Amino acid sequence: MSVAHSDEPLIEVEDLRTYFHSEAGIAKAVDGISFAVRRKKTLGVVGESGCGKSVTARSIMRLIRPPGKIESGSIRYRRGEETLELAGLDPKGRTLREIRGAEIAMIFQEPMTSLNPVFTIGEQITEVIRLHLGAGRGEARRRAIDMLNAVAIPSPHQRIDDYPHQLSGGMRQRAMIAMALSCHPSLLIADEPTTALDVTIQAQVIRLMRDLQREFEAAIIFITHDLGVVAGIADEVMVMYLGEIVERAPVRDLFRDPKHPYTQGLMTSIPSLNGARKQRLPVIEGNVPSPFDLPRGCRFHPRCAHASELCRERAPLLLEAAPEHHVACHLQDPELA
Amino acid sequence: MTASAHLLEVRNLSKFFTLRKGMLQRAAGHVRAVDDVSFFVDDGETLGLVGESGCGKTTTGRALLRLVPPSAGEILFKSTQLAREGEAPRLIDVATATEKELKVLRREMQIIFQDPFSSLNPRMNVGQIVSEPLDVQRIGRQDERRDRVGSLLESVGLNAKDARRYPHEFSGGQRQRIGIARALALEPRLIVADEPVSALDASIQAQVLNLMLDLQNEHGLAFVLIAHDLAVVRHISDRIAVMYLGRLVELASTDALFESPQHPYTEALMAAVPIPDPDRERAKDTGLLGDVPSATSPPVGCHFHPRCRYAEDICKTESPPLREIQEGHTVACHLADTIELRSFGS
Repeated sequence: MSVAHSDEPLIEVEDLRTYFHSEAGIAKAVDGISFAVRRKKTLGVVGESGCGKSVTARSIMRLIRPPGKIESGSIRYRRGEETLELAGLDPKGRTLREIRGAEIAMIFQEPMTSLNPVFTIGEQITEVIRLHLGAGRGEARRRAIDMLNAVAIPSPHQRIDDYPHQLSGGMRQRAMIAMALSCHPSLLIADEPTTALDVTIQAQVIRLMRDLQREFEAAIIFITHDLGVVAGIADEVMVMYLGEIVERAPVRDLFRDPKHPYTQGLMTSIPSLNGARKQRLPVIEGNVPSPFDLPRGCRFHPRCAHASELCRERAPLLLEAAPEHHVACHLQDPELA
Repeated sequence: MTASAHLLEVRNLSKFFTLRKGMLQRAAGHVRAVDDVSFFVDDGETLGLVGESGCGKTTTGRALLRLVPPSAGEILFKSTQLAREGEAPRLIDVATATEKELKVLRREMQIIFQDPFSSLNPRMNVGQIVSEPLDVQRIGRQDERRDRVGSLLESVGLNAKDARRYPHEFSGGQRQRIGIARALALEPRLIVADEPVSALDASIQAQVLNLMLDLQNEHGLAFVLIAHDLAVVRHISDRIAVMYLGRLVELASTDALFESPQHPYTEALMAAVPIPDPDRERAKDTGLLGDVPSATSPPVGCHFHPRCRYAEDICKTESPPLREIQEGHTVACHLADTIELRSFGS
């Protein structure tokens, strides 16, 4: 990868819209989002179920299947000297097959989504290496052992011949990370990779991902619902609600000065290790509306304590409220406030 | 038996599962899912039960209601329903109670589950679900039951009209409320809540935790809260019991446990909780080694020793007994007096 372009974003998503068509109507799972992922950096994506965070990841990987469809928008991927428009590629074509799993790799909450139970983890990792890097059998096996070693799997020479079910949950997750990193991807998309793990194992896996990122110089899109986890791994964070980005900021700015009422609500509604005990927690009232029946104006307004007439009528734009700190809220818009 | 001060007292509870192998399903060993666990719960308080997968917290919770029959031990419940009219409550051992007694006990002890999507029968409407315990126990006339269902739904923040709707029409948080309304129908004194909020989104989780606190304040309910999220457990528990591979390793008041944890596992568990503060989160070190060992062949001596950074020779051979090091603070660690652990107090 050329050093001259290191300031340019690796991925630039612009006005991406991914909709799902069904008899009940159109679910606008991702509805006009724009963001960039910089090389070697981690973008955290947070939000609750149905906010569109996983659909965003799958759209970049071009893994959206009918009835889902990328309606419009662009996903520009910088590959060496050239720029590829991922949104315009044939999802089953050669270019995407080359990219997926090699240059852009993905890990999931449930390792068995990507590990095949009838092959040993060694067979699966070496297959990826041979397919994408054209390595010979012996070379691929050596690399696979190195990768298992890198993800801190003990006695990798023996473990490489284990089947996935012979490994514990934490080990399986590490084996999946080893497979994802085996071709040195420039982007790793991690969709809730630690959610199914126990906290002590989660802490190990997050530390491991941070170390590996430094070593392999990959960019990461880290999707999670857990604000504590995102605080530990992200450089930049975007908060999604009902298919839209409501706030995007460098990680410290977001946690020190959350500007969107939804972000603020998320932060105050989770119990902390040093807050008052046995007290009612501040809550975000109501429920997430159905994606088939989105509120007019600002999508958060029915649950927002600060909502005004304007919020009910007009959707706010994502604007820069402070350097690099973007928020989509009328209250933060200097021209309207 | 005479009435003690405690609503529930568990003495030396154990639950072993037999592992079977081969075509003849011969017994090939035991898993000590719950191994000699003792604790009590008082009226109106919340006891948190924490630990990682395989620690036995869920099995313990189910054994309390005899949803899984215990292998050994006593589960003494101070029953008002089984006492004679006008007399003091009677202590009943749930483990050995007759079916008839058990049915009465289930009015006083209820359970809510983690998964609000599979614990409600999709073919029954919400009214039928919430009124089912009343029907089973034959409490009240039909119109009385209908009124009761309406007021139960309102007490958990739903609408009386929701009785005619079906579970699939509700979100996760609303379904958990339906489960709570059902558990409340018989006015229990103790509710075992097994991961009641872990399947819920953050904004909905707070609503359900508030509801649990409100119900406790209004009705003097006692909870056994089983959860893996320490921040959640800390928020609503008066006391916390920490389990590891079937054994209770530490039990203390919530404040004492966080201010001065005495078991290295408790320390590691607290250190691993993700903190929504980038500076603190990145600086932390849990110092915990390796994975949770298999429950079928737990390490000899202290179960925790292979992962413990303080372990000494004695830990590898001798199982540490649970001992009280301060009033109400018990710990099972050989080194509890000699090592200095981190404080997580505010």
